[in-house]
Amino acid sequence: MKVTLKVWRQKNKSTPGEFKAYQTPELNGNMSFLEMLDVVNEGLANKGEEPIAFDHDCREGICGTCSLVIDGKPHGPHQGIATCQTYMRSFEDGDEIYVEPFRAAPFEIIKDLVCDRKSFDRIQQAGGFITVRTGAAPDANSIPVPKDNSDLAMDAAQCIGCGACVAACKNASAMLFVAAKVSHLGLLPQGQPERFKRVKAMVDQMDKEGFGSCSVTGSCEAVCPKSITLDFIAMMNRDYAVALLKGDPKPIAGGGA
Amino acid sequence: MKIIDRLFNSSLGKKYLMAISGLALFGFIVGHLVGNLQVFGPPELINGYAHFLKSKPALVWGARLGLLAMVAIHIVTAVRLTMENKAARPVQYAKWKENGASKSSQYMIVSGSVILAFIIYHLAHFTVLLPFVNGEGDFTKLTTVFDGHQVADVYAMMVIGFQVWWVTLFYLIAQGLLFWHLFHGLSSMFQSLGLRSYSWWPVITKATKAVSIGIFIGYSIIPLAIFLRIVGSDYAEKARHQLHAETVQVVGSGKEAGK
Repeated sequence: MKVTLKVWRQKNKSTPGEFKAYQTPELNGNMSFLEMLDVVNEGLANKGEEPIAFDHDCREGICGTCSLVIDGKPHGPHQGIATCQTYMRSFEDGDEIYVEPFRAAPFEIIKDLVCDRKSFDRIQQAGGFITVRTGAAPDANSIPVPKDNSDLAMDAAQCIGCGACVAACKNASAMLFVAAKVSHLGLLPQGQPERFKRVKAMVDQMDKEGFGSCSVTGSCEAVCPKSITLDFIAMMNRDYAVALLKGDPKPIAGGGA
Repeated sequence: MKIIDRLFNSSLGKKYLMAISGLALFGFIVGHLVGNLQVFGPPELINGYAHFLKSKPALVWGARLGLLAMVAIHIVTAVRLTMENKAARPVQYAKWKENGASKSSQYMIVSGSVILAFIIYHLAHFTVLLPFVNGEGDFTKLTTVFDGHQVADVYAMMVIGFQVWWVTLFYLIAQGLLFWHLFHGLSSMFQSLGLRSYSWWPVITKATKAVSIGIFIGYSIIPLAIFLRIVGSDYAEKARHQLHAETVQVVGSGKEAGK
């Protein structure tokens, strides 16, 4: 099979980009979308042209590095699957496929299809962790966790932070990502001490990065490669409201030490 | 106070404002519908209700100011959110799919704008009674006697007002868009306030959709029934004489109402 690609080419942050059409060589239907791009790049390199830059790492759907909006849907045509596990057999011979980077103001395009997702790291650093002393692993079951909560926390923890939710949202909102990170820890006993501090810090950072707001269109959950649901956004909304009502803690002289 | 700052300036805070002001406006929509459905009763029913409201200026003005504040919050916050959302995606995609987003969820600002235009028209039509917007004449001339008082003949205004085809058409379009707005907005209210869980969400979406259909039917049958001359066409004929009379006088139906 052969397909025609319309790929967004952009030299760097400051140069405006444009679409360029590429005819692929003969492809195997069992190639992943990224392998197809590798083949196209090999051809470009042989011709002395600049290869198409795209993000990839584990290629087994777990690292969250691959991106791409393929024909108007982040991560390609399937549900619950990342670009790296989208195979060429999902397309027809002779298809024209648009390949675009994730587009959002906080996801600045570095080159071609590669965008800067450090804003997600900064949101995580603002509160997406629990403060515990490291050391030997604690005894299993020393802290009881209800099975329902651990299942739900695992659903949220599946988020690989790829940014497809932002790419799909008409408002470029990062709420599904932030909600997954907030709820993941908020559902577990270990996350309780910092639960309300965390949600405020992460939402504040999310706003600072310049993401849009949630209009409950549901396109984020439709494209999420880990099928994270809007339920978690509601959970975050509830936690944030409680956090606002609780107010900020009283400042303690000397830091309370 | 951080809470005030966060309520008005954080993304989640603004969604709370949208939800809470939307809930208040929805409360008005239900109350207003119940009030207006009285047009299906005898003329004295809705005229008496209107007179009751007019006789409680503190109540009416309190509600009006409260509603105005809610409308202001709803609109200002919607505009701010829309501007921020646009800024968050400066470059659009060349090829785009809706990816599961419903049409009503994508065009809330559009349906909301038409509803705002309708509210302004509706106020000019039946509250301020501007003569040139109703296609008939000066509605302030329509009076009747209720309980020994000379009162505004609201029933006549309605049955005459909705006999004008373009007025009825505009009302129906606006109700259609209100339905569309509520179809997405009512369930989103629960989402924005965090009142949602896995088990409740299907119930919430179904119930809110049913309610928005109910609101649409309730509001649409009023102008439709009048336009199709099912309700109050005889009364409208009588009242029309009063409307086009040189001097204001009480018509026969008003005397009946006074008994």
